[in-house]
Amino acid sequence: MGLGRAVAVSLLGVAGHVVDVEADIAGGLPATTIVGMGDTAVAQAKDRVHAAVLNSGFRWPQHRITVSLAPAGFHKRGAGFDLAIAVAVLAAAGDVPADASAGPVLIGELGLDGSVRPVSGVLPCLLAAAAAGRTEAIVAEHNLAEASLARGLRVRGVACLADLVAHFHGMPGLLREPAPTAPTAPSSVPDMADVLGQPEARFALELAAAGGHHLAMIGPPGAGKTMLAARLPGLLPPLTEEQALQVTAIHSVAGTLDPQTPLITTAPFVDPHHSASLVAMVGGGSGDIRPGSVSLAHRGVLFLDESPEFKPAVLDALRQPMESGSVLVMRAKHMARFPARFQLVLAANPCPCAAARDIDCTCPSGVRRRYLGRLSGPLLDRVDIRVDLPAVDAMALAGDTEPQEPSSVIAQRVAAARERAAYRWRDYGYACNAEASGPQVRELWHDRFPRPLLLERAMRLGRLTARGHDRVLRLALTATDLADRGRPSDADVAMALALRCGEAA
Amino acid sequence: MAAKDELGRRGEKLAAEYLQDQGLKILARNWRCAEGELDIVATDGVATVIFCEVKTRSGTGFGTPVEAVTRGKRRRIRRLSYLWLTSQPLESWPDRRFDVIGILMRPGAAPQLRHVRSAF
Repeated sequence: MGLGRAVAVSLLGVAGHVVDVEADIAGGLPATTIVGMGDTAVAQAKDRVHAAVLNSGFRWPQHRITVSLAPAGFHKRGAGFDLAIAVAVLAAAGDVPADASAGPVLIGELGLDGSVRPVSGVLPCLLAAAAAGRTEAIVAEHNLAEASLARGLRVRGVACLADLVAHFHGMPGLLREPAPTAPTAPSSVPDMADVLGQPEARFALELAAAGGHHLAMIGPPGAGKTMLAARLPGLLPPLTEEQALQVTAIHSVAGTLDPQTPLITTAPFVDPHHSASLVAMVGGGSGDIRPGSVSLAHRGVLFLDESPEFKPAVLDALRQPMESGSVLVMRAKHMARFPARFQLVLAANPCPCAAARDIDCTCPSGVRRRYLGRLSGPLLDRVDIRVDLPAVDAMALAGDTEPQEPSSVIAQRVAAARERAAYRWRDYGYACNAEASGPQVRELWHDRFPRPLLLERAMRLGRLTARGHDRVLRLALTATDLADRGRPSDADVAMALALRCGEAA
Repeated sequence: MAAKDELGRRGEKLAAEYLQDQGLKILARNWRCAEGELDIVATDGVATVIFCEVKTRSGTGFGTPVEAVTRGKRRRIRRLSYLWLTSQPLESWPDRRFDVIGILMRPGAAPQLRHVRSAF
């Protein structure tokens, strides 16, 4: 009796797949079936869409309606199909011109009153649609700012189903055009000028920013660990357009974007509480696969305060994404790969009692030793910089009235150093020293610089693992880049080794 | 008689006339047993017995007439169809068909009739 079509996008992790929504009206008692492996939210779409269609002033066909989401082979989740299902049904009933409905990608949830509501994950959906050759998309007005970030397709917003149907009938002016340029959120990263004292830690942070190295800070409460970590994003270069889109897409799936200024242009800062579960950290969840903290921190900073208090399994799960820059979340029914190239900053007290001065510590030596031992060797092995922060005493605070360097000045040095590193690795496509693999660093060093005798001795004495050796070389390269020396000096290697072993202070 | 029963009665009469116009022979109307009631039982005179449920409404505020034939009601009609067949002196077991006739009788307007063949 009638066949209608519309187009939507299904999201799996941060990867979208274009889905053809078809509605068929056949004889029989009124009933609606949605086929194509939808979850509960998709199955309930029929009740939402039914009410929305009636309350928008249209007829709901009094026949057997079959809605198919094709390809049927993979699971589809969420309420974002509502709009496409409603339009496909109305097209099958003849209330929407069939040739008009099959064109644009439609993404949005329907309220019972026919209003179009925003959904999460619109940006990755539209990026996938554009990649699949789609040229037009219509989303909820609330999603418009985010949706307009997708290049290569014309995006417009719609307020309610009735407006959309009228638009398909050729009525102009019902859809909202996106603002010419999406306004970017003002940066809320705190400034390094606020940090008093801690010259070693400041330099360690600068090194970490310049080379993309992971960093551990050990020190008593009040030493400024959290303060310093929170300022790292301000030292990192702003995200490139491609990185910004990728990061925004991940945060879009997580549903944490600001609807007015969705584009994330500064490195994100993610600080999960130490009670975080494995799934919260790496991503996953039953049914809906959501990005974890490691992916939300993609191209940014993952800060683990009180890191020894995290569950050991959670900490060790960080090792694989630290090496590969992504996580593959596997479930029985589906799998999703999330990007996870983050910079890890660990903070820890030296012991559970966390006395301000070491001499006041009341912990038995065994407890003290075991406390930091909770950070497993393989994890710490991946941390290039370990810096001990002494307590800042009142004298230092009072005497240290000299203005401290602001983030903007440090960021300039970091940017210059990163430029040198990117030039060094131009043939490999790496952006910073930390991305280069161990053998590549060793080979480059072997070709251009004198043998690092100091490190060979440290390895022979068991102070350094083979991976640690490569990491010290990497750190020495970053120190060289920051100082703009061209070739690393013995002092650079020595300082890198000291920072790695936590002897800088 | 309550107004809604009166409405149903009128609807069933209309449906029976409609089915006769279609060339069917009415075998029973409002056949009752302890389990419930069959609105119309008809036959095409060949080999099929048609069990027809008639639903009449005066408006669509609570949904359309045919929508009101719920799963439970369909199950009861299937069960009743066997009871009716066993009450008949049959020479052979006929094919069964279940139809629904929905009638919308808005006050002051001509009744609208919708016949869903093989509805379930």
